Amino acid sequence: MKPSLILKTATRLLAGMILVFSVYLLFRGHNAPGGGFAGALVAATGFAMVAMAEGAASVRQALRVDPARLMAAGMAMVIGSGLLSVFTGSPFLTGHWWQISLFSDMHLTIGTPFFFDLGVYAIVLGGILTLILALEEEMEMG
Amino acid sequence: MTATASSHTTDHLARASSLLPLGLFFWAAFQVPALAAGNAFRFALNWAPSLAIRLSFLFDGLSVFFVLIITGIGFFVTLYAVSYLHGHPQTGRFFFFLHAFMLSMLGLVCADNAMGLFVFWEMTTLFSFLLIGFDHEKEASRKSARQALLVTGAGGLALLVAFLLMEQATGTFDISRMMPMADDIKTHGLYLPILILIFLGAFTKSAQFPFHFWLPNAMAAPAPVSAFLHSATMVKGGVYLLARLHPVLGGTPAWMTTLVTVGAVTAIFGAVSALGQTDLKKILAYTTLTGLGIITLLLGGETHPSLVAAMTFLLVHALYKSALFLAAGIVDHQTGTRDIRRLGGLMRALPFTAAAVFAACLSMAGFPLFFGFIGKEIMYQGTLAEAMMPGLATFSAVFANGFMTAVAGILMMQPFIQNKGAISRPVAEAGVSMWIGPLVLGGTGILFGTVPDLVGTWLISPAVHAFHPSEEHIHLALFHGINPPLLLSGVTITMGCLLYLWRRSAIKGIAALARVLPMNSAQVYDYLLDGVGNIARRTTRIIQNGSLHRYLYVICMAFVLLAGFSYIRGSETGLWTAFSGIRPDVRLPAPDLGLLMLLIVLSAVTVVFTRSVLLAISALGVIGAGLAMIFLRSGAPDLALTQLLVETLTVIIVAIILLRLPDLEHQKIARRSQTAMNLALAVCVGAMIFLMLLLEPAGPPGGMLTRFFEENSYVAAHGRNIVNVIIVDFRGFDTMGEIIVVAAAALGGVALIRRRKEKS
Repeated sequence: MKPSLILKTATRLLAGMILVFSVYLLFRGHNAPGGGFAGALVAATGFAMVAMAEGAASVRQALRVDPARLMAAGMAMVIGSGLLSVFTGSPFLTGHWWQISLFSDMHLTIGTPFFFDLGVYAIVLGGILTLILALEEEMEMG
Repeated sequence: MTATASSHTTDHLARASSLLPLGLFFWAAFQVPALAAGNAFRFALNWAPSLAIRLSFLFDGLSVFFVLIITGIGFFVTLYAVSYLHGHPQTGRFFFFLHAFMLSMLGLVCADNAMGLFVFWEMTTLFSFLLIGFDHEKEASRKSARQALLVTGAGGLALLVAFLLMEQATGTFDISRMMPMADDIKTHGLYLPILILIFLGAFTKSAQFPFHFWLPNAMAAPAPVSAFLHSATMVKGGVYLLARLHPVLGGTPAWMTTLVTVGAVTAIFGAVSALGQTDLKKILAYTTLTGLGIITLLLGGETHPSLVAAMTFLLVHALYKSALFLAAGIVDHQTGTRDIRRLGGLMRALPFTAAAVFAACLSMAGFPLFFGFIGKEIMYQGTLAEAMMPGLATFSAVFANGFMTAVAGILMMQPFIQNKGAISRPVAEAGVSMWIGPLVLGGTGILFGTVPDLVGTWLISPAVHAFHPSEEHIHLALFHGINPPLLLSGVTITMGCLLYLWRRSAIKGIAALARVLPMNSAQVYDYLLDGVGNIARRTTRIIQNGSLHRYLYVICMAFVLLAGFSYIRGSETGLWTAFSGIRPDVRLPAPDLGLLMLLIVLSAVTVVFTRSVLLAISALGVIGAGLAMIFLRSGAPDLALTQLLVETLTVIIVAIILLRLPDLEHQKIARRSQTAMNLALAVCVGAMIFLMLLLEPAGPPGGMLTRFFEENSYVAAHGRNIVNVIIVDFRGFDTMGEIIVVAAAALGGVALIRRRKEKS
């Protein structure tokens, strides 16, 4: 079955925006609705659209890494962000925070929970894409 | 990088990795003087303070004794394995497993905390599994590996329960702290269960009868693994445990009777079986059973001589048996067979290997001047000094040793001296890195035989004192004068020589005896394993028959039954009173909410009745979106967002699959009875969820939990979105579990999809 021209054109327009939105959701998650899980779902939707319109191969090319590796990296990040506190003597997964001064009156507070969330993002995105790409590839083969 | 270059690099790396055991060996050797003086090192890490589990280590005479054996043999085994496995595509993996095993074994013999010991114990089991199954393309390897894993793993679980019971009895997990409480444990009501479970753990690990059968099968592993794990180190884990717990649990009649009996049976069984074997490694495996049986039997003793004998014989055995296994590997590697009937006259072709085998065999046979002779003398002294059943112990030791002497004779004569011309192809000696190990280990048997007193003072005595503090000192020497042990040694050697001369009739007799036995424990194991497999197959056929419909059925039914059951049990006064507590509060929903609900209901009806796939998918999407709107309206934007996204993705995934499927119209229309059942189940699930929501004591927003999170979210976790802060911070551990499930589900799904692809 050949994908429609409408789907292809719309995908080209939308995919980039969807991915930007997904990163936006990831970053705002701590203070407003969003977060790693939601962001990853949005990104997966974007990639799934590309997969349907242009084929699984083009998604793999765009990703550059195997989604399974993305999962592994996410797992490492989650466990790593938890282990960091173990080295300072607190229990596993205790949050640690750093204040980075940007300008005279602005601070960026960044902490291990962010990396935890980033790991969640990578695992969920990797997991869904692994499945979708495998399905799509099988369908393409007939 | 070409294949040869990369295998070259791997070889270099592997050879360099032998520095790890060597370094540890020398480090341990330098600690010997301090430990021999009666000192012990302690070291502890907090591990799980909330469970009172500290990762504490105790490095004493017993530990250093084992550490020296493990690292010393480990060094030669590593060197040997580099040449043995040269060109194998998975060498890197092998050395990782080998060293990981060695470190786990070191942890095992140095752990003081019982939980730490258990973890290391299980790690050795796991790496043994991976190493036995190293040639995983062979069915026999996989089967043997699984057998070893199941038998020793089951023993490991018994051990875990035993340690938990010991903690209940003493209030501590540290073995060194249990020691002063030994008398309390021995009179405690849990003593017998503890003892039985500890024995299960030790006997499975050390391959004692009737759990012995995994060890001969483990010979599917490469020769260095057999030499290292299945003769010198891992199988000694069980006897190590018995020695370590001797001061805590030992000395009771139950302890002594069991160990002496089981050890004696294993020793005799192994010795008799060894004589009938033709595979070099199988012969060695059965004699290993004998060795382990004798050590177990000696640990059943309570007197100083028998415990000294246990440790001495352990050292003797580790030295000659690892040398023999490595030599058997060389013979196999250079000639291509391990069948002693097809080997012969190898002395000229393999001079160094032959020298190593002769030294090791003479030690095994217990000829004077060899360390094995001293081991045997002290062994008889020990068995005669057993508190329980010295007669049985001495008889079985003499009997088993007689057979071992005969086997040693066969191992020396058959492949190396007799039967010249059995091998037609030219055979060359292996490289130096292969024969140096067996030669040094065999030679150590001679060296220790000449300076027995030094070995006794620096190695054996500190090891025994660590678990049996006593003022007695046993003098290890070649000649003690004419005494009962010397006479028994004479009997043993005579018996061995006679058995060797009449070996053909003896083997025939053993074969006849084996036929008479109705069933052996390996068959019992197979029977049990098949039984479990059959039960699993039958249940799977019923609840997972491959039809998606059936799966949903089972899941929904389980939900209704379990949830319903818990409600009936949970409410003390019965379900109906719980109902009567609900005040009917029937109000019409707000117009917009009502409209949403109507939309959802209509969509649900559409899903059920439509014949178009696309419409069904879209209607499902509408249900989800409608729910998301309700969440949004009730002040849960995060939930609504996630719900909406999940719905979108579900529609996409379902679309990928279902659009390629034929229309629903072409499907067979379900039978009437089937439709009725479906309807009934759907109503049940709906009613159950309705009931749950009704009975859920939903407090108004602003309850205790909500207040806690509202107050702490920004202060403690720098976030204003409470839901997200809960997910990534307050309840991070839950999230971690959930995403592990996500990852596992994705990998499982891919495996299923790929498998289908390969089939078609």
